[in-house]
Amino acid sequence: MRIAVCLKRVPDTTAKIVVAPDGKSIDEAGVKFVPNPYDEYALEEALKLREAAGGGETVVYSLGGDAAQETIRTALAMGIDRGVLLQATAGADGLEVARALARELKEGGFDLILFGKLAVDDYNHQVGVMVAELLGLPCVTAVAHLTLANGALEAEREVEGGVEVVGASLPAVLTCDKGLNTPRLPSLKGIMAAKKKPLEVKPAALGAGSVTILGLSLPPERKAGQIVGEGADAVPALVRLLRDEAKVI
Amino acid sequence: MATILAVLEQRDGALRKVSLEVLTAARRLADQLGGTVDAVVCAAAGVTGSDAAGRHGADRVLTAAHPDFGLYQPDGYAAAVAEAGKGAQAVVFAATAMGRDLAPRVAARLGQPLASDVTEFGLEGGKVVVTRPVYAGKALQRVRLDGATAILSIRPNTVPVAEAPRAGAAASATVPAFTGRVKVTAVRAAASAALDVAEAAVVVSGGRGLKEPENFRLLEDLAAALGNAAVGASRAVVDAGWRDHGAQVGQTGKTVSPSLYVAVGISGAIQHLAGMRTAKTIVAINRDKDAPIFKVADYGIIGDLFEIVPRLTAEIKKLRGE
Repeated sequence: MRIAVCLKRVPDTTAKIVVAPDGKSIDEAGVKFVPNPYDEYALEEALKLREAAGGGETVVYSLGGDAAQETIRTALAMGIDRGVLLQATAGADGLEVARALARELKEGGFDLILFGKLAVDDYNHQVGVMVAELLGLPCVTAVAHLTLANGALEAEREVEGGVEVVGASLPAVLTCDKGLNTPRLPSLKGIMAAKKKPLEVKPAALGAGSVTILGLSLPPERKAGQIVGEGADAVPALVRLLRDEAKVI
Repeated sequence: MATILAVLEQRDGALRKVSLEVLTAARRLADQLGGTVDAVVCAAAGVTGSDAAGRHGADRVLTAAHPDFGLYQPDGYAAAVAEAGKGAQAVVFAATAMGRDLAPRVAARLGQPLASDVTEFGLEGGKVVVTRPVYAGKALQRVRLDGATAILSIRPNTVPVAEAPRAGAAASATVPAFTGRVKVTAVRAAASAALDVAEAAVVVSGGRGLKEPENFRLLEDLAAALGNAAVGASRAVVDAGWRDHGAQVGQTGKTVSPSLYVAVGISGAIQHLAGMRTAKTIVAINRDKDAPIFKVADYGIIGDLFEIVPRLTAEIKKLRGE
C-alpha cells in the first residue's frame, strides 16, 4: 500500500488574525503555525492503513515556503516515512496549487492520495478534488468513515440531514473530515527518528493563476449588546426584544 | 449575451430551498451584466418545485436527466454541469455538501478559477469580485476571478431569496457520456430529521455548561418550539463525544449565518466566535457574566441555564400559541 498525504502549514486555530501592511495577507509576527487540523486526519488514516496492510510506504507532500519543512517533520514524527517539500509561494488560485501537486503525484504510483477536507486558513475547499480531476482518479470528499477491501473503498460523508454512503475503486483521492480517526501525537522516539528521515526539497512551478487578491480585512466588530437580566425572570423581556426589536421570532 | 449558470440541487426529486438562494445570486449577476440565467438541475426525472426557478430569475431551466441521477453522482453530475457551464460568464453553486464536492470538479474540468463559500459578490470592470470569510471568519478576503468563467459557491443563508419572475422555460440539458468512478449508493437519514446547522434559520447551540449530554434535550425542546431550528454544539462537547461533529460550530466545524443564534452554556472561545459571528442576532445564556460570548451577543441573560432555557421554551410556545 502506497499512500501520499498532502499537508499544509497553517496558523494555529487559536491565533489572533492581524492584517499585514500590504492589506492582502496576515501579519505572521508572533503567529504559531501548525499542520492543518484536517490534514492530521489524513496523516493518521495513512498510518493506520499502512499498519493494517502490514507494509508499504507513506509520503507527505507539502507545497509552500521553507518553513513548511518543520510541518513536514511533524508528520514524519507521527510516523510518515518520508517527505517532499515543493517550494513555492502559493497564491489564491487553488487550481494552480492542484496542478503543481498533480504533476508531482502523477508518477508516484500511489494507491491513495489523502488530503484534509479544507485548509483552515483559506477555506478553499478545492485542491484535493481538483488534483483527483486532473489525475483522472475517483475522489470522495469529507470522508468521516472509511473501509477498504479488495482494492475498493466504501466511505461515508456527512450531507445535510444525513450520511452519504459512497463506493469507489483504488487508486483514489480522499479528503478527510473530523470523525475519521483520532490523530496520534508524535512520540519522543518518533521525533528523534523524524530527524533522520528523508526530506526532499525541490522547487515547484506554480502558474500565476486567475484569482487576484484585492484585500484582506477584519470583519466589522459586533456592536456591544445588552444584558437583558439575570435568571429566568429575564426571559419574558428577552422574548419581547427578539420579537419586537430584532424581529427574529 | 452573457449567461450565468445556476446549479440547483434536488433531494428525493424535490428542489432544495438553498437553490432559490443560488438563483437569486445568479439573477443579480445576470442583471449587472445584462445577461440571462440558465438553471441546471441533475435528476432521475422531473424535479418537483422546479417551477419556482422561473419565479426566482431563471430564463431557462435545464434538466440533466439520467437514470442514476436520483442520488448525487459526482462524475455524472460534473460532466453534465461542466457541459452546461461551457462559455458561461459565471457558474453559481451553493456551498453545501454537494456544492463543495461538485464545484471544484467543474472548475477543474473547465480549467477556470473557483471561489468557495462566498458571502458577497458583484461585478467590477466586467469581472466577478467576491468576498469570502477566511480563517473561519476571523478575516474577510476580497478576490477577483479573472478567468473567462467565474465559478463561485455561495454560503447558505447569506443571500436573501428574492422573486424575479422570468420565463423559466423548461429544456433538457445534455448529459455527456461519463464513467461513474465514484458511486453514491445510499443516503442514510440522520437519526432525527434534524436540520443542518449550516442551513437552519435558527441555531440553538450548547456547550460544556450543559454538564451532561442528556441535557441537550433542553435545547432540542427549545429548537422545536422555535421551529426551523437546528441544534449546534461547541467543539468541547463534540470532542467529548456528546454530539456529532456535524453539529459543531466554529473553526474546525461549521461557520453559520442564521437569523438567530442562541448560545447556551458556551463561554465563547475564539474558534467558536469565528464560526457564528455573522449571525443576524445572537443571544447568550451563561452563568459567567465575564464569558467572552457576551461580548458578541446582542442580548444576554446571566444565570442558570437549567432554569432559563425551559422558561424560554415555554414563553416561545406561548407566543406561538397566540
